Amino acid sequence: MERHSLRPLLMKLFAIPILMFGFGYLMVPLYNVFCEVTGLNGKTGRLSAAEASLLQEDLSRLVKIQFVTSVNQDGPWDFRPAETSMMVHPGKPYTTKFYAYNRMDKTLVSQSIPSVAPIQATRYFKKTECFCFIEQKFNASEAREMPVTFVINPQLPEDVDTIILSYTLFTKTGT
Amino acid sequence: MTVPADLTHEDYGGHHGPRKGLLRWVTTTNHKDIGTLYLWFSLIMLFVGGAMAMIIRAELFQPGLQLVNPDFFNQMTTMHALVMIFGAVMPAFVGLANWMIPLMIGAPDMALPRLNNWSFWILPFAGTLLLSSLFVEGGAPAGGWTMYPPLVLQTGAAFPMLIFSVHLLGISSIMGSINIIATIMNLRAPGMGYMKMPLFVWTWFITAFLLIATMPVLAGAVTMLLTDKYFGTSFFNAAGGGDPVMFQHIFWFFGHPEVYILILPAFGIASQIIPTFARKPLFGYKSMVYATASIAVLSFIVWSHHMFTVGLPVGAELFFMVSTMLIAIPTGVKVFNWVATMWRGSMTFETPMLFAIGFIVLFTIGGFSGLMLAIAPADFQYQDSYFVVAHFHYVLVPGAVFSIMAASYYWLPKWTGHMYDEKLGKLHFWLSAIFVNLVFFPQHFLGLAGMPRRIPDYAVQFADFNMISSIGAMGFGLSQLLFAYIVIKTVRGGAKASDEVWEGAQGLEWTLSSPPPYHSFSVQPVIR
Repeated sequence: MERHSLRPLLMKLFAIPILMFGFGYLMVPLYNVFCEVTGLNGKTGRLSAAEASLLQEDLSRLVKIQFVTSVNQDGPWDFRPAETSMMVHPGKPYTTKFYAYNRMDKTLVSQSIPSVAPIQATRYFKKTECFCFIEQKFNASEAREMPVTFVINPQLPEDVDTIILSYTLFTKTGT
Repeated sequence: MTVPADLTHEDYGGHHGPRKGLLRWVTTTNHKDIGTLYLWFSLIMLFVGGAMAMIIRAELFQPGLQLVNPDFFNQMTTMHALVMIFGAVMPAFVGLANWMIPLMIGAPDMALPRLNNWSFWILPFAGTLLLSSLFVEGGAPAGGWTMYPPLVLQTGAAFPMLIFSVHLLGISSIMGSINIIATIMNLRAPGMGYMKMPLFVWTWFITAFLLIATMPVLAGAVTMLLTDKYFGTSFFNAAGGGDPVMFQHIFWFFGHPEVYILILPAFGIASQIIPTFARKPLFGYKSMVYATASIAVLSFIVWSHHMFTVGLPVGAELFFMVSTMLIAIPTGVKVFNWVATMWRGSMTFETPMLFAIGFIVLFTIGGFSGLMLAIAPADFQYQDSYFVVAHFHYVLVPGAVFSIMAASYYWLPKWTGHMYDEKLGKLHFWLSAIFVNLVFFPQHFLGLAGMPRRIPDYAVQFADFNMISSIGAMGFGLSQLLFAYIVIKTVRGGAKASDEVWEGAQGLEWTLSSPPPYHSFSVQPVIR
């Protein structure tokens, strides 16, 4: 048997699992890009205030925006929207607030994760400013209202008349 | 030990046989020894995983909580799956590959004998690591074998043991697969082109590629779990910008090819056994090869049918529904070919044939319930119900496990040189075939009626079918003790088996003596 002839084949064969291990990790950015492009998974896009001002206001149309909040794993928080719903014109920026209260007598850091339903609407729901863009630090027993400014792209499909924006508040550990 | 006529004593290079003593098994690089080790390992794991199944079914015998607490019950469902998949079925197939592929293609041994030794000896360590997690603080993993975060991250001290045992099992099967591919590509006897290889070799060739392509993805996914838990990464942690659903995508990108890893070698075994006992060549050899290859390719684009209910857009649901149903076509080709092989054959029904026919019939039932699950709108009802449990047990127990039993009876006389006890073998088949249906058929009804999977207790309207299922499970479990008895009895003695063993058997392995010499085909046979 000619053993030496095995080497090139083996190099190729061992390369496959190594590449596929990398591919597993490559799926992470691929997945995020895919979700951002398609708006799947409720991931909402960001928009600068300047870009938002370029959008055409559509005063003939009203869309209902509902706000939902939840706290992950029964964390020590009170978390609710200042108003549960509002009627908005596409193309016009609006600001609303979310109220959060740290029930613990020590400093906690929170991170809120947004999700938009229905899926068809996620691509047209843009935020110019949001408390969810960064971590929010709360002193012991601190309560405050946090703003979010958003605009609906006027190209929102005709059949969508209600959009739900939900936030889940996570307690960040180790910070 | 008889020597093939074309070999003289000198051809063995002075190696007359195995080393003496226990060290033989530790240091062996002989494909027959390693195949034997794999098969014993998998038989032991079959009983370990089976004992866990007995605990599950005993608890489910009646509604209410009787024997174990719910957390231990969850540990049992998780460990039963891991032990059976990675400890019993996969090593059994690798063991069969080790024993049979060199004999079937006329090779003297596997291409990489030392690597072969490693790929086996990692297994007992991985298995021990996994099983010993039952005894650490917090108990064994209990979040299901699919290891979905964030639930799996709540596992206690067992968590890193789970991850590292999955790593080890993965490394073992990747090395085994590379060895199998290298053997098939390099060591075929002169004249044996790819399209002349026996189908067991073909199906393993394709399975090995699936393994080296997907096991590393699983290794990556569990490594991400590990770093999420201990090193502050946020792959699947929503608070840090990750996404738990992404784990399901990565896991099932591995997971779906994995289920074909568990069944393609079974297709190969059925394709070896049925022609032998029908005394006809396999019908549609080429279409069998192409069907196997297309099943393997399709397996990479269907994974999301495991997650129809996570909130996929309609377009994705449709794509994964249709691509999943597409797999029924090559699978149908295979079933058709097996039936066509038996058509007007001079059939006899020895134990391997009984198991092979049982495999075809019962695997097809599992295939059909798979098609039902593939219907995306209907899946919202079936998801995570006992219907799913019934489905995958039909393809894995009377599917994969029956094929391994069939292969064991078929080649046991070749391996040991002794005939097994035909009466006991047939008894074992009929007990297994009856009880396996008693266990799993009622589970279809339970699932359709709404009983969720992975629960230790259930509503009283499910009591009757659960009791039937539990009785079947005890019967099936006890029947397998008979299998172990038959195997041990055959190893220790019995009527002398002829070289050909079966009247209609075709293939190089039957040209060797029974048992074959320790080193066979040192001079490769030439295929005309």
